Amino acid sequence: MADTARDIAIFHGDGHYTDPPLVTGNLSFHEITELVARHAEKKPPTLWYVAFGIANLMLLNLLVMIAYQVWNGVGVWGNNQPVGWGWPIVDFVFWVGIGHAGTLISAILFLFRQRWRTSINRAAEAMTLFAVICALLFPTIHVGRVWVIYWTLPIPNQMEMWPQFKSPLLWDVFAVSSYFIVSFLFWFVGLVPDLATLRDRATSLWRQRVLGFFALGWTGANRHWRNYEKSYLLLAGLATPLVLSVHSVVSFDFAVSVVPGWHTTIFPPYFVAGAIFSGFAMVVSLLVIARKIYGIEDLITLNHLEKMNIVILLTGTMVGFAYITEFFMAWYSQVEYEQYAFINRATGPYAWAYWIMMSCNLLAPQVFWFKRLRRNIPLMFIISIFVNIGMWFERFVITVISLHRDYLPSSWGYFTPTWVDVLTLVGSFGLFFTLFLLFLRFVPMVAIAEVKGVLPEADPHFYSDHEHDYDVPYVQPAEETDKDKPTRS
Amino acid sequence: MGIYESEPVYGILAEFSDPGALVHAAERVHKAGFRHFDTHSPFPIHGMDRAMGMGQSKVGYFTIGGGITGFALAYWLQWWTGGVDYPLNISGKPFFAVEPSIPIIFELTVLFSAFGAVIGMLALNGLPRPFNPLFYSRNFERVSDDAFFLHIAASDRKFNEDDAAALLEELGGFNVEILTQPE
Repeated sequence: MADTARDIAIFHGDGHYTDPPLVTGNLSFHEITELVARHAEKKPPTLWYVAFGIANLMLLNLLVMIAYQVWNGVGVWGNNQPVGWGWPIVDFVFWVGIGHAGTLISAILFLFRQRWRTSINRAAEAMTLFAVICALLFPTIHVGRVWVIYWTLPIPNQMEMWPQFKSPLLWDVFAVSSYFIVSFLFWFVGLVPDLATLRDRATSLWRQRVLGFFALGWTGANRHWRNYEKSYLLLAGLATPLVLSVHSVVSFDFAVSVVPGWHTTIFPPYFVAGAIFSGFAMVVSLLVIARKIYGIEDLITLNHLEKMNIVILLTGTMVGFAYITEFFMAWYSQVEYEQYAFINRATGPYAWAYWIMMSCNLLAPQVFWFKRLRRNIPLMFIISIFVNIGMWFERFVITVISLHRDYLPSSWGYFTPTWVDVLTLVGSFGLFFTLFLLFLRFVPMVAIAEVKGVLPEADPHFYSDHEHDYDVPYVQPAEETDKDKPTRS
Repeated sequence: MGIYESEPVYGILAEFSDPGALVHAAERVHKAGFRHFDTHSPFPIHGMDRAMGMGQSKVGYFTIGGGITGFALAYWLQWWTGGVDYPLNISGKPFFAVEPSIPIIFELTVLFSAFGAVIGMLALNGLPRPFNPLFYSRNFERVSDDAFFLHIAASDRKFNEDDAAALLEELGGFNVEILTQPE
């Protein structure tokens, strides 16, 4: 890691180094506004229309599939005994996992003062929201009778019945919906100053009115920034345990049961690492394309992408370690059923799925140990797609392989998806991309105010050497003494 | 609400060249005895709270209030529905126990704390506020782009158009304008 820091840092003659600028191209405040805000104002590039058309077709397909499923019942899916949880749950866990990167980037990296997050957090948070919407879709239709989905909420009703709060499935309802609401608040609060920017740039009256409504009358007042920054910090602090809890609660759906392969205490941390892993991969896939098409390479630099690849390498290796730990624990437990569940994973009828998972999740990201490969854009795009495929298969492996053979060999089975399963998954991508493309079209895709705030020009002391003669500066810059500076030769 | 009320003159607005100049000006305006003034910038400026003589934000109290509400609500909800209103025997488990109630208690505590943080921020800021006399200034449109402003409100006890304008100009302010209702 030391090598990484040194290579991308800027060297000074005396052996000291400073971090590289977070934003390249020597942009002024106004140029940053221009660079980002104009994409929410002018007509999008042709490619956007092509992508939007395809995404809309996929979305239409999703609506048809949902209608077909609701009309005919869940029998149109491959779910059947013994595999009662098939693709819908696999898809649910897959999408929830993807929905973890955004809040991780915005909350945890914020608390760790990782200022490089400012360029990517907006898009990543938007991606989170859309992924969670896709995720919420699957359990909703999976209940079979969607018209009584409100039974999962504690709403007083004529039957005087309440939800069963001891069920992990109900914990899921609360965890995922709380996560969605908090992520949305976090995203929207971050967006308010940028909506004000768009409002102030708006030329037509209706645009001013609409943006004025959503910008809440923001004037950039310091009396407001003061509460705003505090609120943002608190939201980050709240979202941090929340983001770790959501996938933990999702993993309880499995871990609280007695099915071999599910009943393990390693699930919560292992699921969370996997979620961050897949989420970052999705962010890389999307941003590699978006930064190119929208010409914002100066804001989302190669350094940003490299840092994300390091997180992918780290979490991918953690996930791989968890796969191996599961095997160890199965052997060590001396429980015949547990041992069989894992041997069956690697060598049974679904071994192909298991090895796709292993190679995509554990092996593929290992190329990121090499700096040159980590900074290779086509390669990172390919790896990020592999990771997403691998993480979908991880959920498939956990859900389907564990269920298809458990205690009673007479009730073993083999799960095969139907065309409805496949098209519903394809359709969920349509929903996701439709929402993401609308976001790129109408909302500033980079947090303008935050990026300005990390420029050296944003620091009042940047100006103190010249032009102004302070009597007493209120805040002394944290001067590094020579003693504190790391010396490297 | 806030510092803006006072017609026909709302206040006086001056532009400054950069964040450093703005911090300096805010500090001097505060020293000159003004209290109803505010600085406006495209991003938060560090050290401005102290320059303006302001203390800690109170958003934290709203957040903890929200958190306690969420905790109490989740605890009560699970206890009352499961243990009092409709006790249902599920595999011989207790009607109410703390352990299986923890996840939902946690989620609702976080959710309501977040509500507290956002609602508290909006309430303390007096937002949403679609109308603001500052919007009368054309120049002020650049506040969300790259301009830095200091506004002294007419509601200040020490406010006097000429003195305030002279002070702002002396501090390096330009584009000084008096905010009044347009005819």
